[in-house]
Amino acid sequence: MTQIPLLSVKNLRVEFPTRHGVLTAIDGISFSLREGEVLGVVGESGAGKSLTGAAVIGLLEPPGRIAGGEIRLKGERIDTLSPAALRRVRGKRIGMVFQDPLTSLNPLFTIGDQIIETIMTHLPVSEVEARKRAIALLEEVGIPAAAQRLSAYPHQFSGGMRQRVVIALALCAEPELVIADEPTTALDVSVQAQIIHLLQRICRDHRTAVMLITHDMGVIAETADRVAVMYSGRIAEIGPVRHVIAKPRHPYTVGLMGAIPTLSGDQQRLTQIPGAMPRLDAIPDGCAFNPRCARAFDRCRQERPNLMPAGEGEAACWLVDPAEGTTGEGETA
Amino acid sequence: MLAFTIRRLLQAIGVMLVVALISFTLFRYVGDPVNQMVGLDTSLEQREALREQLGLNDPVLVQFARFVTRAAQLDFGTSYQFRQPVVDLIGRRLPATLELSLVSALLALLCGIPMGVYTGLNRDSLLSKLFLSISLLGISLPTFFIGILLIFLFSVTLQWLPSFGRGEVVDFGWWSTGLLTVSGLKALILPSITLGLFQMTLIMRLVRSEMLEVIRTDYIKFARARGLSQRSIHFRHALKNTLVPVITITGLQLGSIIAFAIITETVFQWPGMGLLFLQSVQNVDIPVMAAYLMLIAFLFVVINLIVDLLYFVVDPRLRVERASH
Repeated sequence: MTQIPLLSVKNLRVEFPTRHGVLTAIDGISFSLREGEVLGVVGESGAGKSLTGAAVIGLLEPPGRIAGGEIRLKGERIDTLSPAALRRVRGKRIGMVFQDPLTSLNPLFTIGDQIIETIMTHLPVSEVEARKRAIALLEEVGIPAAAQRLSAYPHQFSGGMRQRVVIALALCAEPELVIADEPTTALDVSVQAQIIHLLQRICRDHRTAVMLITHDMGVIAETADRVAVMYSGRIAEIGPVRHVIAKPRHPYTVGLMGAIPTLSGDQQRLTQIPGAMPRLDAIPDGCAFNPRCARAFDRCRQERPNLMPAGEGEAACWLVDPAEGTTGEGETA
Repeated sequence: MLAFTIRRLLQAIGVMLVVALISFTLFRYVGDPVNQMVGLDTSLEQREALREQLGLNDPVLVQFARFVTRAAQLDFGTSYQFRQPVVDLIGRRLPATLELSLVSALLALLCGIPMGVYTGLNRDSLLSKLFLSISLLGISLPTFFIGILLIFLFSVTLQWLPSFGRGEVVDFGWWSTGLLTVSGLKALILPSITLGLFQMTLIMRLVRSEMLEVIRTDYIKFARARGLSQRSIHFRHALKNTLVPVITITGLQLGSIIAFAIITETVFQWPGMGLLFLQSVQNVDIPVMAAYLMLIAFLFVVINLIVDLLYFVVDPRLRVERASH
């Protein structure tokens, strides 16, 4: 595959300068997305999932800043663009869906206003065409009586309907990539599946790649092509979703999989990972996961592992290092 | 919305009745009106006749009803001090005060809102810090002091602007305006700055803090993520969301600007209602005080009503849909 990936992130570092020194929230992560691919990003709260998304779309909240590495969209660097040029990438080439549809829409403007403004910002169309497009989009995301609903305000929609509007807004300029940051976390369980399927269907129809940030492994299993497991600002394991679920290599991933309840499961208790993720100012030497890892050995406490090939994917764990002589495959859940 | 307006109007009438009661008790308990009107040598019979003629021997409720009925017809009696109908006195002074107040309020809004937006968006810029320092002065210095300071600087030292009065005025029926003559406009500058400075700083700080709050909301983040222009994000999406509290405060402040123009009017010898009110207090001119009280209450009630209706214009969440029922 010599094709240029749609999105390629290399050695991305995100730092927060504070009074007590610089905190590294994302520590050299690399991954890429092909066109139309769905990449799931999972991890605990604070693992850096959302920050990665924010860094890609150029919306890090100050004082957070990209301190190293590069982000390329179809080969073109976007992390060094001027604010004005970056603004043309946002919305037009990379769309974003936020967690809470109740607060993502401006309460004082009709959804028609918000969609039409976004379309006209990015596409050279007249207001009449933009309106037509807005109606078509709303229909596509499954909003009944779309033409009338254009003049409705966000508070007149339910949470699920608002998230549909948010998806329409994220997609209204036909971006090549959508970053969905926990798009279903704030929704009712009954609505979550609908929204995930909608996102999946629309992105497939439009050949839009998706970076799906969530801590719901079930959602990932159902939707994603590949999955990246993040821990403490680094990628612990990345690979095809079926592979990672069936044969997790990194002990952290193994723990995550063990914590998923299954209906048919013969497990009596869900396994639990002891301890909590380290704070950013107290990341241990070596592998950040070593204090919680049952299989840690001396090298884990001294040397930090980088991603290395493991089966069909990659894992950042000394257990998969051929030099250690272990297979790392003994933990199949 | 109609039901709301009607309900609010009824409440407004209630408020006005309470204020009328207070005004009315002024007459009954602050001195004896007959004593104020007649000389020392008036006989008891004459006093009694006057008392009867004024209706002061009627039951209290009847007197109150009469007071309210007359007030509703803008009849507040005759000023003790000037021997003229109170309505004429106030009517003559009203344009001066209203012009001064409205110009001050406009000044406060037109400067305060952009300064608030600017300082909210550019928190660390030098200009923001300058604005904030000035606003600290505006909030902490007393009005009369600012007035005297301005007079000293622009009237005494530089001799650019007049230090007192309204300048030449042009009459339109009962309304006299100073807005159409050069000397009238020049005379307006210092008093309106003096009166508006506090409001301006208040509005600026309010807009600033609201802006800081709104900028952090998800819908602003989402607007950024959609690549909308900075101008649209700041002045369309963010500013409109700061407006509800700004409207509230501005409305209330407009009321107090009118009511408390007294100090500024005194400093600049501005021939408005505030000056009239001060004179009436010094001379225990109760009809004028009562009418002034009623007028200010009326203005507050009207402004509050307008503010309530403006909420509906700004915030669609308050508009309850009844069409479908």
